[in-house]
Amino acid sequence: MPSLLFCGPKMAACGMVISIWGVIMLAMLGIFFSAKSAVLIEDVPFTEEDIRNDPNPPQKIYSLYNQVGINCFIAAGIYVVVGAVSLCQVRLNKRQEYMVT
Amino acid sequence: MGSLLRGEEMCLAQLFLQSGSAYDCISELGELGLVEFRDLNPNVNAFQRKHVSEIKKCEEMERILGYLLREIKKANISVPERDMNPVAPSPKSILTIMEQLQRLEVELGEVTRNKEKLQKNLLELTEYTHMLRITRNFVQRSAEREPLHVQYEEFPFLEKDTRMDYSSMQRLGAKLGFISGLIQRAKIEAFERMLWRVCKGYTILSYAEVEEYLEDPDTGEPTKSVVFLISYWGDQIGQKVKKICDCYHCHLYPYPSSNNERNDVVEGLRTRIQDLYTVLHRTEDYLRQVLIRASESVYTWMVQVKKMKAIYYILNLCSFDVTNKCLIAEVWCPVNDIPELRRALEDGSRKSGATVPSFVNRIPTTDTPPTLIRTNKFTSGFQNIVDAYGVCSYREINPAPFTLITFPFLFAVMFGDLGHGVLMTLFAALMVLHENNRKLKNTRNEIWNTFFEGRYIILMMGLFSIYTGLIYNDCFSKSLNIFGSGWSVKAMFDANVWKDSDVTANTYLTLDPNTSRVFHGPYPLGIDPIWNLASNRLTFLNSFKMKMSVILGIIHMTFGVILSSYNHIYFRKKYNLYLVFLPQLLFLMCLFGYLVFMIVYKWLVFSVTDSSFAPSILIHFINMFLMQRDAGDARGAPRPLYPGQTGLQVFLVVIAVLSVPVLLLGKPVYLNWFKNGSRRHVGMYRGYERVRRNSDEDLILLRNHDEEEGSSHSDFSSSGENVSEEFNFADELLHQAIHTIEFCLGCISNTASYLRLWALSLAHAQLSEVLWAMVMRVGLRMDTRLGVLFLVPVFGVFAVLTVSILLIMEGLSAFLHALRLHWVEFQNKFYGGTGVKFCPFAFSLLPSSLEHDGLL
Repeated sequence: MPSLLFCGPKMAACGMVISIWGVIMLAMLGIFFSAKSAVLIEDVPFTEEDIRNDPNPPQKIYSLYNQVGINCFIAAGIYVVVGAVSLCQVRLNKRQEYMVT
Repeated sequence: MGSLLRGEEMCLAQLFLQSGSAYDCISELGELGLVEFRDLNPNVNAFQRKHVSEIKKCEEMERILGYLLREIKKANISVPERDMNPVAPSPKSILTIMEQLQRLEVELGEVTRNKEKLQKNLLELTEYTHMLRITRNFVQRSAEREPLHVQYEEFPFLEKDTRMDYSSMQRLGAKLGFISGLIQRAKIEAFERMLWRVCKGYTILSYAEVEEYLEDPDTGEPTKSVVFLISYWGDQIGQKVKKICDCYHCHLYPYPSSNNERNDVVEGLRTRIQDLYTVLHRTEDYLRQVLIRASESVYTWMVQVKKMKAIYYILNLCSFDVTNKCLIAEVWCPVNDIPELRRALEDGSRKSGATVPSFVNRIPTTDTPPTLIRTNKFTSGFQNIVDAYGVCSYREINPAPFTLITFPFLFAVMFGDLGHGVLMTLFAALMVLHENNRKLKNTRNEIWNTFFEGRYIILMMGLFSIYTGLIYNDCFSKSLNIFGSGWSVKAMFDANVWKDSDVTANTYLTLDPNTSRVFHGPYPLGIDPIWNLASNRLTFLNSFKMKMSVILGIIHMTFGVILSSYNHIYFRKKYNLYLVFLPQLLFLMCLFGYLVFMIVYKWLVFSVTDSSFAPSILIHFINMFLMQRDAGDARGAPRPLYPGQTGLQVFLVVIAVLSVPVLLLGKPVYLNWFKNGSRRHVGMYRGYERVRRNSDEDLILLRNHDEEEGSSHSDFSSSGENVSEEFNFADELLHQAIHTIEFCLGCISNTASYLRLWALSLAHAQLSEVLWAMVMRVGLRMDTRLGVLFLVPVFGVFAVLTVSILLIMEGLSAFLHALRLHWVEFQNKFYGGTGVKFCPFAFSLLPSSLEHDGLL
């Protein structure tokens, strides 16, 4: 069976750190977008017509907020997967180091 | 008083060591690391000292140990890394160690040489085998001509040289000769051309490459070789060919005369090669065993040799007293450690079985002792950054305990971001939790070592950054709305100030806090989150941060000036208090303290209703110096902040201006008058504590050695006159003039220098905002179906850039500026920093030369 190890110990550790950070930060961003925080207004992809031609303001903006929030949650989920892969790599690296010495 | 605030009290002590027990006593002292030895023979050079031969022996042993370690490392044997700490060996046991080492060296040398010879042999035999195999192919090619060559047997052949053959190729004469061998592939073409030119076509060269790599015996690298076969006729040609072969460093081997002979030779070679392999294996095994046996004790020997060398070095520093037949050593010792020193000497005497014990005596001295400040793992980082500027003078106030808090705080003011602070704290916490991990402590990476040594500093900086991040309300450039904003937009609509048409027609609208219920009140902790959405955010924050920087700076500098008063009191220079400290404080407070007062007053007194008429503090401050009379509104002069302002300002300026000549002339004039006075015995204390003598006996004992030490004589006052310099009025006046100018101009420039607190925090906030807007926003604004997959790498890029630019670059920058503020603006108010650090004699602190080579 070919070795599943494809990155060294440092790369795997970096992957772990970024994944953990990504999960926490993107999950919190998702929560804040779902709570429709005003500070994040610039990050929501709305256009002029969304504001002017909205029959039922501010529902359009709210739905955009929700969409971005869901995007963030999905990205957090992907980072969970990346984190799991990095964890495997870290374990494999430790095992290999153990066997060589 | 705690050692961290002022440093330990030190004394000069004399050790009387009996000759027999000197070695053991010093060994005990080395284990404890209590004292610093002074060199009593400074005029003797290194080769004339007493124990030169022992040190040479130690160095010889270190050389052998280095050789052993290199061999062990080459053979990939691991040295057991136990935390052993053997004591220094006695001089007798050194002989056994030396013997063992020499024996090992000789054995190792022999075995290595044998191995090399065997390997060379093996290579030759292998080459011969290849050659025979490949030249067989040359022969086989012309196998069909075999029956033909029978008729040429009658031709005479050259008998003298057994390397020639009479088979195969035929041409004119039958005096055929063959030369065969190997040559490096790189040289074969030049070889061929040379042969052709020299022998003019009377030789035929055939060659073929050997498939496998053979090891070159000289360099040990695998090289490609080529087997060649030269057939020639004629004796002269033969000599020429041989000479050319020599030139090209070919390995020549005898060419077998017939196939039978060839097969015999091949068989013989095969058996010989087998034998050689066996012998070689055995040799390698034996070598490995020798090395393993050596590796078990090599570490112990190294430590022992290192300790012995250190002890002999210290013994060289002592002087021999003929009358008492003992060695005298002079040491700097902390006063609190004298009992421990006594106990160590007793232990040493007991271990060496001496009848007369060695003892220690304090002696008075006028030299300034070195500074010892005891730190633990938390304070050592901060003490290091203070020491980097200058080690404290003996017994002056140490800025380090204050730096514990002010340094991280000033860093945090410049760094203030909640998210980045959390990241920094986590990084430092990881390092702190794993601080006992051996691998982390002993890496060779310099940069990592620097970060690791400063892990507590980074932890404090991170914690304080979280606090200032909350105050600035900045987390990855976004504000957190924890308590609910104090501003209400709805109230503007309720009060009919704005209508819906206003909103659609204008890009920017101003919330007017004067309208009722727009502004509820200040945010409980920090900056209101609504400012994150405002376009005039920077205008507001700049004013706030500049004033904050000035206030913090003036507080920091005043604290420095106040610390100097502690030094004046401790060193009993009361005149400094009145003639230096007081004018300085008055100058600083009357001008810049008043500025702080004006800032705070304006913040508190002027509210929303009259903020548009609030006077500018800058104009008032300038007018204060120009002594502009306040003429009301007549000529457009600014209205006063408070009634009676003009009078108070004139008073403050007069006091400040009067304090300058007092600062300039007060101290020199006073000292001049004082020295010219008749009182000679009052208060001639110098800047360090006088050592009290213990008893009269010691005094008598010490009189004999007084001359060497240069210590003071019996009379209190006469010693003062001898040692202190003559008071020079011009010198003192110049010194004080420089100090005055430095202080007064420095007040202004240093206050402005603290504005870097504002500048760096602005830069950090802007960088953070730009990073979010240009990186993260791009990922978040993707609204296509696959946009979410774009967000994942965008976040990765955001993370990497945050760490590299905002944490590392900005972190280092804020660290540097906070350090500068401490070293220059804070410490030049009180710090001397001209001391010498106390370096005790301790085995654990000695570096080993082998560690330098990276062998350990």
